[in-house]
Amino acid sequence: MNKKVSLLRVVRNIQLNHDNFRLTLYSEEQIHSIRPGQFVNVLVKDSPKTFLRRPFSIHMVDYENKTFDILVKAIGDGSNKLVHTKKGELIDVVFPLGNGFKAPQKGEKILLIGGGVGIAPMLHLGKEAKEIGSDVHFLLGARSEDDHILVSEFESFGVVYLTTDDGSLGVKGFVVDHPILNSKEEFNRIYCCGPDPMMHAVAQKAKQLNIECEVSLENMMACGFGVCLCCVTKTKEGNKCVCTDGPVFNINELEWQI
Amino acid sequence: MADLSIKIHKLELKNPVMTASGTFGNGVEFNDFIDVNRLGAILLKGTTLNPREGNNYPRMAETSSGMLNAVGLQNKGVEYFCEHIYPSVKDYDTNVIVNVNGSSIDEYIALTERIGELEKVAAIELNISCPNVKEGGMAFGTSIPMAEQVTREVRKVYHKTLIVKLSPNVTDIAEIAKAVEYQGADSVSLVNTFLGMAIDAHKRRPVLSTVTGGLSGPAIKPIALRMVWQVANAVKIPVVGLGGIMNATDAIEFFLAGASAVQIGTANFIDPTITMKIIDGINDYLDKHNFKSISDIIGNLQMC
Repeated sequence: MNKKVSLLRVVRNIQLNHDNFRLTLYSEEQIHSIRPGQFVNVLVKDSPKTFLRRPFSIHMVDYENKTFDILVKAIGDGSNKLVHTKKGELIDVVFPLGNGFKAPQKGEKILLIGGGVGIAPMLHLGKEAKEIGSDVHFLLGARSEDDHILVSEFESFGVVYLTTDDGSLGVKGFVVDHPILNSKEEFNRIYCCGPDPMMHAVAQKAKQLNIECEVSLENMMACGFGVCLCCVTKTKEGNKCVCTDGPVFNINELEWQI
Repeated sequence: MADLSIKIHKLELKNPVMTASGTFGNGVEFNDFIDVNRLGAILLKGTTLNPREGNNYPRMAETSSGMLNAVGLQNKGVEYFCEHIYPSVKDYDTNVIVNVNGSSIDEYIALTERIGELEKVAAIELNISCPNVKEGGMAFGTSIPMAEQVTREVRKVYHKTLIVKLSPNVTDIAEIAKAVEYQGADSVSLVNTFLGMAIDAHKRRPVLSTVTGGLSGPAIKPIALRMVWQVANAVKIPVVGLGGIMNATDAIEFFLAGASAVQIGTANFIDPTITMKIIDGINDYLDKHNFKSISDIIGNLQMC
């Protein structure tokens, strides 16, 4: 669908754990085909320190009810304001932005890896992949048990594997330490979104195993639609905007030392 | 409905709202959001003779009421522009203006000559004020002899409207404005960004890869307004005002200070439809205050 600036109504705001919130936004107009991996850019009201919009991955889409969800982690002034948005309030959103993940094929076995708030786009991707007929597996990493959110939601679309840094849930360690990435399981594709070091580690693993791998980058951006040229990443074809050429890139496009 | 049309030298604008170079891409990025044809003029992303990759990431830092950028004129060079970008903008029903950059006088001249061949480019904005390039850029705009020289040489090869974009990083911007006016500039636009800096106290590192960058946004508006007022009082050529304009009231303030037109920059990042709201807002202001034309408020500052 075309990009637009819209006032969307918050119809649900659920606190998932100590610092993560799931906001459901309702659009008066019909929402068309939002690709998994696309994002929105949100204007934060009443936060003088937040001059620019804040980008969030689209977490889930409900076309029938004309809503989509975003996950917001309360970190800075802007996100702290946003998580206190009440049901019924309007927020100013530019969407949909970015390219999105390349859809898997029917029958393909795919691994969707999310770390921290990077799990956000994986639910929408997992749902669409399941509808296509892919064999969906999620590998989700977090600091500790309390930081793992929405696990049952992910389980409704595929097999879920978990890691925690402190071993309080699932396998102790980082996502790349999980046996699923070190076993004979053969995946056709890996999709990854999370902190930069995690994505680098996953990319390295995917390269070793010779598996197609896409990562979703999070560079700082001013506009979100390809005009400020601030969010660039180095690719084999020169600098590209994360907001329009990405946020999703195949690891082979990037100039990563992996 | 007031008369919003205005002339900048030979350039006929349907209204005094332009976009600031570097904040509007090549216009086409805004097609989803607005009717680009409604604008008085569009200023395309800064172009250079040869392709430039720009500076390393990070290139942006959010600041109090503004932002720093250090993009460094990333663009694919003038030949790419002529072949791929010009065809997609030439049919807009608005004035298309190219922002021209160089690291030497020869580069400025070669680029201007090439752009001069493009029928539908109505004017150039000679950028002598980019703070984010190692060579050229702001160096031309912060010295009177260099500003004079580049304006004089470009004027010799360019016969359409020549707007010179001034740097605010100078002691006396009016002196620079007068110097480029004397050398044949048809208009001056000001201000480009202010040289600034951001530090991450936790990491004890500069935020930008280039350490310094250009500050824009509402944080600079009072200084930009003062400079526009000073320059408008010093030159006879029309002044294009910019610097932190976020809404129609801000734009009106620039007209009152003496600007004949305004450019909207950083505000485009936050609201890609803002230019349309500003055009409508200017009209509403004129109607409300019973002015028939935008010309009626240019420089119409009531001094007490």
